[in-house]
Amino acid sequence: MDMNEIKEIFFQECEEQLAELESGLLKLNDGDRDPETVNAVFRAVHSIKGGAGAFGLDDLVSFAHVFETTLDCVRSNKLEPTQDVLKVMLKSADVLADLTNAARDGGSVDESRSRTLIRELEALAHGEAPAAAEAPAPKPVAAAPAPVVEKPPVNDEGFQPIPFSFGDFDDEPAGHYVPTVQIDFKPKKDLYAKGNEAVLLLRDVSRLGEMSVYCDMDALPPLDKMNPEEAYFSWKLSVTTEKGEDGVRSVFEFAEWDCDLDIRTIEEDVVGETADEEEPPMQPVPFDLSMLDEGASCAAGEEQAAENPAAAAVAAAETASKVAQVASRAAENAKAAAASAAQASQAAAAGQTIRVDLDRVDRLINLVGELVINQAMLSQSVVENDNNGTSSINMGLEELQQLTREIQDSVMAIRAQPVKPVFQRMARTVREIADITGKSVRLITEGENTEVDKTVIDKLAEPLTHMIRNAVDHGLEMPEKREALGKNPEGTVRLTAKHRSGRIIIELADDGAGINREKVRQKAIDNDLIAADANLSDEEIDNLIFHAGFSTADKVSDLSGRGVGMDVVKRSIQALGGRISISSKPGQGSVFTMSLPLTLAVLDGMVVTVAGQTLVVPLTAIVETLQPEASAIHSFGASQRLISIRNSFCPLVDVGRILNFRGTQANPVDGVALLVESEGGGQRALMVDAIQGQRQVVIKSLEANYTHVPGIAAATILGDGRVALILDVDAVVAASRGQSLRQDISLAATG
Amino acid sequence: MTYAVKNLTQGRELIAFRIGDQEFCVNIMSVREIRGWTPATAMPHAPPYVLGVINLRGAVLPIVDLSLRLGMKAAEPTVRHVIIVAQVGPKVVGLLVDAVSDILTVTDENIQPTPDIANEAEKAYARGILAIEGRMICLIELDSLFPHTESEAA
Repeated sequence: MDMNEIKEIFFQECEEQLAELESGLLKLNDGDRDPETVNAVFRAVHSIKGGAGAFGLDDLVSFAHVFETTLDCVRSNKLEPTQDVLKVMLKSADVLADLTNAARDGGSVDESRSRTLIRELEALAHGEAPAAAEAPAPKPVAAAPAPVVEKPPVNDEGFQPIPFSFGDFDDEPAGHYVPTVQIDFKPKKDLYAKGNEAVLLLRDVSRLGEMSVYCDMDALPPLDKMNPEEAYFSWKLSVTTEKGEDGVRSVFEFAEWDCDLDIRTIEEDVVGETADEEEPPMQPVPFDLSMLDEGASCAAGEEQAAENPAAAAVAAAETASKVAQVASRAAENAKAAAASAAQASQAAAAGQTIRVDLDRVDRLINLVGELVINQAMLSQSVVENDNNGTSSINMGLEELQQLTREIQDSVMAIRAQPVKPVFQRMARTVREIADITGKSVRLITEGENTEVDKTVIDKLAEPLTHMIRNAVDHGLEMPEKREALGKNPEGTVRLTAKHRSGRIIIELADDGAGINREKVRQKAIDNDLIAADANLSDEEIDNLIFHAGFSTADKVSDLSGRGVGMDVVKRSIQALGGRISISSKPGQGSVFTMSLPLTLAVLDGMVVTVAGQTLVVPLTAIVETLQPEASAIHSFGASQRLISIRNSFCPLVDVGRILNFRGTQANPVDGVALLVESEGGGQRALMVDAIQGQRQVVIKSLEANYTHVPGIAAATILGDGRVALILDVDAVVAASRGQSLRQDISLAATG
Repeated sequence: MTYAVKNLTQGRELIAFRIGDQEFCVNIMSVREIRGWTPATAMPHAPPYVLGVINLRGAVLPIVDLSLRLGMKAAEPTVRHVIIVAQVGPKVVGLLVDAVSDILTVTDENIQPTPDIANEAEKAYARGILAIEGRMICLIELDSLFPHTESEAA
């Protein structure tokens, strides 16, 4: 593995950390004050800084450092994470993401932006932190000492490469006293598992200054109850050091996640008092409560005392041999140990992932697709050649069929990913646009863990960004206007994902002004999209915004472009096999609903016969199937026919005629009608000759070796090995409206 | 002289096939495989010479009736017909012919220019004619039969 590969892994991890960071910050923004959330946020920035340092990515390191410093203030409760603070932090997270991308792909970031943020972050760290440490001091005074801190030459990012030392502040008011720092240090077993060593940490602390140490061994169980991989000791240290609290903290920097650590500075005159007030020296730890009891009950014994030193050595896990020795002893009778070890390995197994190249997964999916087709062909030929249907071959084939179906499902599940990353990116988009437009917007996301095929996710980001921009820029009103209308000045954009009947539904709702139908209509007339006297329903007017070259914003803004937005959105959604629709209520906002297939590789379809040909109709388009009766068919005009379904009339479309499979219209009574719903919203009854059945088909591209065929979405291979065409319902319905399917195919053009 | 060098210096290899009573040949380098006839699935709105598509080990392969494409009468496919799977540009096409006769190794001197009497359509695809053992074989340029299908497929 060379350096570049390691670097690539680092960047992949960065992406995860950034996602973690953002979701943590958003949680804080929603009022979550769980210390673990703050820790997670801090950890994310810290990890990025650490990794970036290893690769010499200085820009990233310096920014991450300032960010981390400010977060540390939040973590240690010196800085209250108010909305304003979080706003700066969220922006910082965006810049951090930009810097990471710049470090990976080259390119540059807006330096003025990162510099402004560095200043803001530093102001937060400096301005608030001393005020908290020296509570009585008024703010201006507290802020004043900041410049007094001797700073080495600062680079242009404002990064100061030495740790901030708050100990210096403590010096000033109290004259020249050296602070005493009290440390409660209780390692968890993870600390040892990661190769850290309590003794070395203690040694490092002792180097800071004069130290006294007390080891708390109360938690130590008798030897036969002891789990060799557990940590039982805790230490109470007190060290008098020039470096102060922060110096001590830096010693524990890489161990703090794996231990319970409490570091505080003790004012000299109150030492006695604090000692009295101190909590019981040892806090019971949940996982070995029982052991603690057991240990206490027989703690008095003489041998116990004798065993302690040996046990201590084990707990510290100094050498592998000792661990092994004790492990073998413990294994004989310690059921508790075995149980906790099993628990540990279970915890380690949870959430394990591997990184796999996407190409490999796709290859696997293709192969499984072939397997499914092959299996279907095999069973069909066996059925044809086998008269007594009970042979062992048949039984085997049935099992094979089940297995292939299961393999297919599992392989598809590999590609399925939660939509969360895309939704998180949208949060950033909302922030940026809200900033530029001066609107106050709150993004609410629901169903982030809804899973969908990776390709769909990747292609979803762009149209979604467009739509979010539109929603904020055009949909939401300015805060003042909202207030005047009696709405919450903060606008809400709600992004929801959910599964519904084999598709994923993504909804984008805003509580803005809704679509101004008069304006849309006028614009459409001005742009010659509709006739001036056209009589349109509200729904039809709303759908006009999906036309090319349509923008109702009076002035074209940088944000939502020049009206290329919504038609591009519609096309990209359609390219994914999806549909988009809008419903809008004036004054209450608009809802865009997108319905997308869960995967682009397989499709549930109804296999039908039309003029001797086998076709597949996507099941999602079919509303119902019915057998038309002669009395229900009504001729309309020269060639149109309508079918009456429960007292409403629906145009009848002969699929065979539309696709040119036959010259004349078939008699509807001989066939079956499929009632379909197209993206335009209208219903049509598609006439087919017969229904063969329903099955899952693997989608094959026609374009690879041929060209796009109007009316046909793709091809598939059926069980008999023959190719069947998948009907493009929307195109067929559009063709039935009079827009004929385009006849000029390239191969024809060359003849 | 090794095979490869011979191939380089002494012309090229062609695959000869029969349609009706005429013989044609194409460059062997563009031929992927030769397989028997299987019924094709008809395509809507396809030109008459496109018989449809078949399943070639999971890929969808269009089948062209070469006889009709060359302006002769339409083939009536039987099990004795064969499909030449050929690479044309980025795409793969199946060519329906009556039978494949043999593989020829020819040099450029063996190829005679297309006679003047040929009409425009035939001149467009015929690269020349070969006289071998008393037979007349027409050399076809596949690229001109199916030119740039991709750019026109809007």
